[in-house]
Amino acid sequence: MKYLDEYRDGRVAAKIVEEIRKAQTKPWVIMEVCGGQTHSIVKHGIDELLPQGIELVHGPGCPVCVTPLEMIDKAHAIARRPDVIFCSFGDMLRVPGSDGDLFTIKSQGSDVRIVYSPLDCAKIARANPDKQVVFFAIGFETTAPANAMLAHTAKRQGLNNVSVLVSHVLVPPAIAAILSSPDNRVQAFLGPGHVCAVMGYGEYEPLSQQFHVPIVITGFEPLDLLQGILMAVRQLESGRAEVENQYSRVLNRDGNRSAQALVFSVFEVGDRNWRGIGTIPGSGYRLRPEYAAYDAERLFNVTQIATRESEICISGEILKGNKKPHDCPAFGKQCDPQHPLGATMVSAEGACAAYYAYGRHLERAANDTKLTRIASAGAA
Amino acid sequence: MSQSATEKSKQPDASSQDQASSVPSPLFGSCPLPIFEHKQIVLGHGSGGKLTADLIDKIFLPAFSNPVLDRLDDQAVVQVNGARLAFTTDSFVVTPIFFPGGDIGRLAINGTVNDLAMSGARPLYLAAAFILEEGLLSEELQRVVASMRDAAQRAGVQLVTGDTKVVNRGKGDKVFITTTGVGVIDRPIEISASRARIGDKIIVSGYVGDHGIAIMSQRENLEFEGAIESDCAALNSLVNAMLEVSDIHGECPVHAMRDPTRGGVATTLNEIAGRSGVGMLLSEESIPVRETVLGACELLGLDPLYVANEGKLVAVVAADAADAVWQRMRRHPLGAESSIIGEVVKEHPGMVRMKTAVGGTRILDVMFGEQLPRIC
Repeated sequence: MKYLDEYRDGRVAAKIVEEIRKAQTKPWVIMEVCGGQTHSIVKHGIDELLPQGIELVHGPGCPVCVTPLEMIDKAHAIARRPDVIFCSFGDMLRVPGSDGDLFTIKSQGSDVRIVYSPLDCAKIARANPDKQVVFFAIGFETTAPANAMLAHTAKRQGLNNVSVLVSHVLVPPAIAAILSSPDNRVQAFLGPGHVCAVMGYGEYEPLSQQFHVPIVITGFEPLDLLQGILMAVRQLESGRAEVENQYSRVLNRDGNRSAQALVFSVFEVGDRNWRGIGTIPGSGYRLRPEYAAYDAERLFNVTQIATRESEICISGEILKGNKKPHDCPAFGKQCDPQHPLGATMVSAEGACAAYYAYGRHLERAANDTKLTRIASAGAA
Repeated sequence: MSQSATEKSKQPDASSQDQASSVPSPLFGSCPLPIFEHKQIVLGHGSGGKLTADLIDKIFLPAFSNPVLDRLDDQAVVQVNGARLAFTTDSFVVTPIFFPGGDIGRLAINGTVNDLAMSGARPLYLAAAFILEEGLLSEELQRVVASMRDAAQRAGVQLVTGDTKVVNRGKGDKVFITTTGVGVIDRPIEISASRARIGDKIIVSGYVGDHGIAIMSQRENLEFEGAIESDCAALNSLVNAMLEVSDIHGECPVHAMRDPTRGGVATTLNEIAGRSGVGMLLSEESIPVRETVLGACELLGLDPLYVANEGKLVAVVAADAADAVWQRMRRHPLGAESSIIGEVVKEHPGMVRMKTAVGGTRILDVMFGEQLPRIC
């Protein structure tokens, strides 16, 4: 298929892997920032192709995962109201709050709908003037323009039965938080391709300089990822720390200026709480005061709900690149997509869920059995 | 009913979310009914994935368990006065009821014909039960019925009995159809999900994912370049052609066969691997997927291997006859795009692995619930 097969060619992949092998003289730890990249790496088995010593760790770039539990509970409280049609991207529906998920709430009679575009909510609002249509506006910079467009359209068209529940997060402050952590292991980043398609990559340059870390803005197909890894390894080996653009077929340094203008006319930067990580200053968007009439949090005045996270879950450590899903004793046992204990298991883009979806818990179970066998053989 | 034997029973734990009820219902007293974790049925229970398997394991099997049912094939095979009969039933609920490449009527005939055919049976008679929603246009019902008549004729089966109920507006979704079918197994063969053998080849009869994507693009008003049509078709004549090869071959080389409907090819192969206690190794490059379907899946964040088919089969065939069966399938109009996609291996029993186009490997697990479109 055009623009797909070309980026999944096994022969080209083998050549790039060989280049990585030639370029590498010592072990390196590289973090892919985006959940989409994690998904692709596990789906295509890319980490298995890499030479020993190149370790990929999975970053915090899954917006569904890092949406805090109290925000999910607020969403559920709004969705349960009989006067509300609650709209969301599909993968948010299975994320459990303190009391069930949106699928359960739907099964109990609430009107919960999956939309592909936030603008569908404007259509739904026009068709249902007696209902309040609420959109769960989550995501990184990638989804911000489309989400902003809904608020913008509602205001321009005077739709008074649409609102957005905003839980937007931003990538650069998260990278800064990871690099500032005293136990940080990450030596280079594969930067978020689609986020930078909107925002450009200029804002990553100060990060790269300040922390002396290579950041290669990278796409999502297997060859994109392998090439991004090669570029990062070459920088690491030569002691360079720059922002490079692997994904030049999609983005440039400036990004999409008109999308940015729209985003900043609707949102302003504020602090955000990240599930598994905690509050990161200036790491999210909230609605500007002139859009207060479209702010679901304000309109529905949802009270603060006390929530408690699992004590076994190590998703915070996974999101920061310090640990992997396999390191968690609960992975694939007490914790699976049906009973996620924490952030990284709740969405397909989360590292734990990606490992689970591609059967790596089965692999672990097989390894465990093997180890037990070896151990018992040893004992005998 | 179909379910995965790879599904492990899950112990509810104190820390799991509140949907999990760790207290068995006192109604059942000392009866050791397994604990069903959901207080209410969710849509995922109908997805054909792990949640469906859970429903069957925890609610239906404990109540109805018997040697025929416990085989959990897509049809029951029973012996009556020396004749071997295949027997099956299936309900059809689909929105919209008319879609590119088919409609609910054609699905209802072909789905049941296919479940019978997968045992090697010659489908003979069908029953149909209709649940109609008040307000359904008679003209629409007539179109559905005409389509069923045509599909039955093409498949060579007769609809010999039926039933009709009407429910209040809002209590149904236009029309629900249940078809029940019976067929006869003429050949001395036994095809079952538990009979895959190490070394067998795995054949798929054509492009995967067409039906699910056709429905989804129609339902969600997604427009893709080049319309995607459902592959809805009766497979009994293709199966017959495959079994003719086995007539020449002597012993039946087709060991296991299923139509990968809900849950797609990946879930179906997991069921066979689990029930046969064998591993499977697929090659991504050999699995036929239309470019339009692949494109739609990329866009929606879906995986074509988990998308439903309504006119495809996967067969696990003895290695020495695989080529002959495959060649015969290619000469049949419904098998022209058949492909040998992998083989049965002794490593990783119960697990389906796939060599990816780029050279890595991945494990294809059973689908959990519904496939959800991803955010980005």
